Amino acid sequence: MTTISKEKLTGFYEDMVTARYYEERLQEEYLVGKQPAFDISAGPIPGELHLAAGHEASGIGVCHHLRDDDTVTAPHRPHHIAIAKDVDLDRMTAEIFGRETGLSSGKGGHMHLFDPEVNFACSGIIAQGCPPAVGAGMAAKKRGEDSVAVAFLGEGAISQGAFLESLNLASVRDLPVVFVIEDNDWAISMPKERVTAPLDGSRRADGFDMPGIRVDEDDVVDVYRAADEAIGRARDGNGPTLLELQVHRRMGHFMGDPETYRPEEDQELAKERDSIERLKEELRSHGVDEETMESIKTAAHERVDEAIEWAKEQPKPDPDAAYEDAFVNPPSGVTDTEPEFDLAGGED
Amino acid sequence: MTAETHPETVDRELTMSRAMVEAIADEMHENEEVFYMGEDVADYGGIFDSTQGLLDEFGHERIVDVPISETAYLGAAVGAAQEGMRPIAELMFVDFFGVAMDQIYNQMAKNTYMSGGAVNVPMVLTTAVGGGYNDAAQHSQTLYGTFAHLPGMKVVVPSTAYDAKGLMHNAIRDDDPVVYMFHKRLMGIGWMPAPDGPKTPVPETDYTIPFGSADVKREGSDVTVVTLGLHVHRALEAADSLAEEGVDVEVIDLRSLVPLDTDTVLESVRKTGRLVVVDEDYRSFGVTGEIIATAAEDALADLEAVERVAHPDVPIPYARPLENETIPDVEDIAAAVESVHR
Repeated sequence: MTTISKEKLTGFYEDMVTARYYEERLQEEYLVGKQPAFDISAGPIPGELHLAAGHEASGIGVCHHLRDDDTVTAPHRPHHIAIAKDVDLDRMTAEIFGRETGLSSGKGGHMHLFDPEVNFACSGIIAQGCPPAVGAGMAAKKRGEDSVAVAFLGEGAISQGAFLESLNLASVRDLPVVFVIEDNDWAISMPKERVTAPLDGSRRADGFDMPGIRVDEDDVVDVYRAADEAIGRARDGNGPTLLELQVHRRMGHFMGDPETYRPEEDQELAKERDSIERLKEELRSHGVDEETMESIKTAAHERVDEAIEWAKEQPKPDPDAAYEDAFVNPPSGVTDTEPEFDLAGGED
Repeated sequence: MTAETHPETVDRELTMSRAMVEAIADEMHENEEVFYMGEDVADYGGIFDSTQGLLDEFGHERIVDVPISETAYLGAAVGAAQEGMRPIAELMFVDFFGVAMDQIYNQMAKNTYMSGGAVNVPMVLTTAVGGGYNDAAQHSQTLYGTFAHLPGMKVVVPSTAYDAKGLMHNAIRDDDPVVYMFHKRLMGIGWMPAPDGPKTPVPETDYTIPFGSADVKREGSDVTVVTLGLHVHRALEAADSLAEEGVDVEVIDLRSLVPLDTDTVLESVRKTGRLVVVDEDYRSFGVTGEIIATAAEDALADLEAVERVAHPDVPIPYARPLENETIPDVEDIAAAVESVHR
């Protein structure tokens, strides 16, 4: 079994408390101006907001194996994964606030974050990040590079054709792809047992002749070890793996979800099973004292507060910018645009 | 089939979602073959209240929650319909159509034709459309033109509670596949404020509104505004403000795109000679072009000026100033009307 150093563990802790506090702060900011009667189109953060509090162990445990040249595709609940993949926190936050200096110049929003510097993308359509991850794996293999691609999706997404077709394609081509199911037990209002026949989603791997691994507790150390095996296999050229990780949804599906369908005990349970508290126990057993943990947490919170303050000071986009960026090479008659940042894909 | 009841004779007002649900419940009581299938339609009651309360009345066997697998359940609705059932299948956001488009446009829409009429597909595909709440390019489209362009599906877009009920009754009873596109901002959902317009008197008895019957929501003599969905209300607001300036605007609500009521449009154009078409869908290759082409083909001599107001040909942006720029508003409509009226 992989030994995990104290430094590694404190690194997990830093990212996990960053991600958790980020969600808490976004929640606060999101509700500004939307109350007392919740109005989704009011307040400083536009659109829907899907928070990932309770999912931290998965994003952090997996992404701590990744390099900037490894690709990650995330679903509509992306923040913890983005933080673990070192997506630019300031520009991600500015994007969520719909500002000009956001990752997508205010065009994408929280479900559609793109940071080509660290090969991160996400999509708001269920399971549709899987095929592009297969493509990234294909590119790496064709070029003889040892980078890998990781596609994250929820357990509600594993009935989607795009996911199942991607498993098959990755398997027949032996591609360096890891599929990560974040199992939080709920597909919006639908409990897992009503939407998937085998409750252990990692068993889907059997049908595609690839290894499937399930981690039953949202323990970042267990996740890190399982991901080590999966990502190591991909990096060594031994093909894809399906990883299913138990996480918990501490919030509603989206902000404003009344969760009337969800038993209160289940909500309580999600909060009790706190992966951050588990990690703190682990840190203590490695001799990390409370003061050290507290100072890591304080610094992480400051970093988040700074990002949010910075983002809120950023300018809103000029309305005319709405007509730019539909094309990199606009056909005549379409507003011309200079890409502000280096393009990630091919240029002609 | 009950005749259309005049809405002004009814005291009771409903939101559009309540009216739509009432029609579904009526049809389910009348006909055991009707059932409703979709994501989060049972315990949640539909993300946009499209099935609110139906689970209590009909249970999980007839209000069916499904896995997130649009290809499977929309295709299953096709199969059930071909067996003579009358499924209503909900696609949560129209933007998700791509996930299951084969089942929609190669099966649902074409099987009647390809079978030479030997089989038919009496199903309703309900779906939420529209932006205006900053949900960005994958959750804000209307895509009216896409569905109306592909042959074999009837396409319905209600703008009021009264129309929503009558069109839903008609949709469920229709022997062909019907795409019923409801605008989120018209439903009367607590968390998404609606304009006042869509909440209308709705008769308790059942009634149908035939497809292909556009409704003149406001009579006028100077300029014809043809539109649908949310933009009916924006056009009416523009018309009210223009009336103060002495411009008399006629507002036509298409209510269905397939079939399209060209007679009502042409009659109005012949009267006013000036046409503005307003659509929340993309500008090119869509409803605006279609209506204008129809007017040009059949009423060219009467046409003095034409303008279209639509979403520009870019994906729908997220940030509020950008989305406000792209989705046509009351001022955009008023400006277009003024420009053809000069």
